[in-house]
Amino acid sequence: MSAIFEVRNLKRSFGGLAVTNDVSLAMAPGDRVALIGPNGAGKTTFVNLVTGNLTPDSGEVRIGGEDITRVNAMGRVRRGLVRSFQVTRLFQDMTPAEHVALAILQRGGRAGRLFGNYLAMPEVMAEVSDLIGKLGLRDQMHRRVREIAYGQQRLLEIAVALALRPRVLLLDEPAAGVPQSDTGRIEQALADLPPDLAVLMIEHDMDLVFRFARRVIVLAAGTIIFDGSPSDVTKDPRVREAYLGSYANAGHAA
Amino acid sequence: MTMATVNETLTTARGNRRKLGRDLAGLSVILGLAVTGYLLFPNNLALLTRMTAIALLVLSLDLVTGYCGVATLGHAALFGTGAYAAGIAAVHFGITDPLLMLACGILGGVVAGLLCGAVILRAHGLPQLVLSIALIHLFHEFANKAASWTGGSDGLAGIAPDPLLGFFAFDLWGRTAYVFGIVLLAVVFTLLRLVVRSPFGMLCRGIKEDPIRIRAMGASPKVTLVKMYMISGAVAGAGGALNAISTQVVGLDSLSFTLSAESLVMLVLGGTGSLFGALTGTIVFMFFEDIVSAANPFHWLTMVGALLIAVVLFAPKGLYGTIAAVAARWREARR
Repeated sequence: MSAIFEVRNLKRSFGGLAVTNDVSLAMAPGDRVALIGPNGAGKTTFVNLVTGNLTPDSGEVRIGGEDITRVNAMGRVRRGLVRSFQVTRLFQDMTPAEHVALAILQRGGRAGRLFGNYLAMPEVMAEVSDLIGKLGLRDQMHRRVREIAYGQQRLLEIAVALALRPRVLLLDEPAAGVPQSDTGRIEQALADLPPDLAVLMIEHDMDLVFRFARRVIVLAAGTIIFDGSPSDVTKDPRVREAYLGSYANAGHAA
Repeated sequence: MTMATVNETLTTARGNRRKLGRDLAGLSVILGLAVTGYLLFPNNLALLTRMTAIALLVLSLDLVTGYCGVATLGHAALFGTGAYAAGIAAVHFGITDPLLMLACGILGGVVAGLLCGAVILRAHGLPQLVLSIALIHLFHEFANKAASWTGGSDGLAGIAPDPLLGFFAFDLWGRTAYVFGIVLLAVVFTLLRLVVRSPFGMLCRGIKEDPIRIRAMGASPKVTLVKMYMISGAVAGAGGALNAISTQVVGLDSLSFTLSAESLVMLVLGGTGSLFGALTGTIVFMFFEDIVSAANPFHWLTMVGALLIAVVLFAPKGLYGTIAAVAARWREARR
């Protein structure tokens, strides 16, 4: 299957230090990829380069075959490259319904409309209701975000991302900060993501990585040192040395 | 239809009804206060008309500061440009129809809004505030220097608007100007209620809270804010034009830092992020100023200062904001 998302020889240095060094990867629709790496490996820089918040020194980012390296962050979202945030970035005084409606309206180029109300737009409300229902947030739909639990806020992050109908979804630690008791709902939401959506998840929780990903990429010192199946990642000597350490030595199997 | 869908439909309908109810309540309050003002102060309609013009300025400021989080101390630039645009149209181009003068004022405000927005939105926080102060001084000085067009420090005099709609002359008592102003305020208020609830309004509230999240949704905060600045310019420009039409003179004070700062004070006094708050702040501030300056011409500014300190300390959300918050808590407790 042809690649929906492609990164070719991406490089970025800060003051002579190569933080992203010749990184290349390709993803096809439906891929479930986890990007892992120790602290300082360059994951955040990579995400910023891919989402357009940083400009690479060289290399290319492509989506659906189109070179988007010079396209700004907003243009990339409009082309289907959507991200969620490690620490939730939601509007505390707005409701989940308003968040999802805003994303739907923005996707349809209607967020700049000066008149009309999403509550009176049946097609928008139907989609809002459907998405929010799928993520189990129906009871919180019209409550302010500041009044709902953090785990539910994380689910809302995913709902907002899905409302933008992405072709490629970057999930930055989707379960970070969520109590153990609530991670099951996050995992279920991840399992229910559209099958044709390419998902790249940056995650530290190795249990979640092994359950979610069908492919794992390990980044260390700005370079990809492993790209393969979850079952092989712990066996790779470079990965053991660079990242997994005691976790791999403990004999954990995927 | 599932039970959940039925519940959502009912919630949506209730929400729409509540908003419509608040719109009608707002309009009723404006019209009720207008009639009360007319009956109580028939000899002071000029003050009430001035209050209406300033209310438009404060509403305009609320759009960019209250709804979008833009810090500005130069918003009178939009008001003054609207006033001068209407005045210059009448004096230099013979456009004396009040509705056309109003249109000129709105257009002038939009252009000033575009200009100010393009400059102010390049910075954030304190630098943004400094840019806005620089802009109001530049506008003021430009109007002062272009004396052949603006009358400079003498002001632009000789504005003689035609009768409104060809029938209602602008009389000495200010009745026509007052009614014109109230109708204008009611129309603008209704339109703004729709705008702040629209998808665009939602986008602006989002930008105020987190522009990075808005960018991650694919929307441009800068384009949105410039658009809001232009809408804000239209509203302030309408206020300026109303002032020019009703007083038949435009002075440099309409482009002053003092007016900018006072309008911000009125907004904070009433409560930011609410159109009702903007109206409340204007009415309370201007009435208080009028009463205390008449009662004690030497120390009235001290009293205005004391009022502001009291509001900021004891009602930090502003007068309307605090009342609305108490009412919301009361409603919550009753559920």
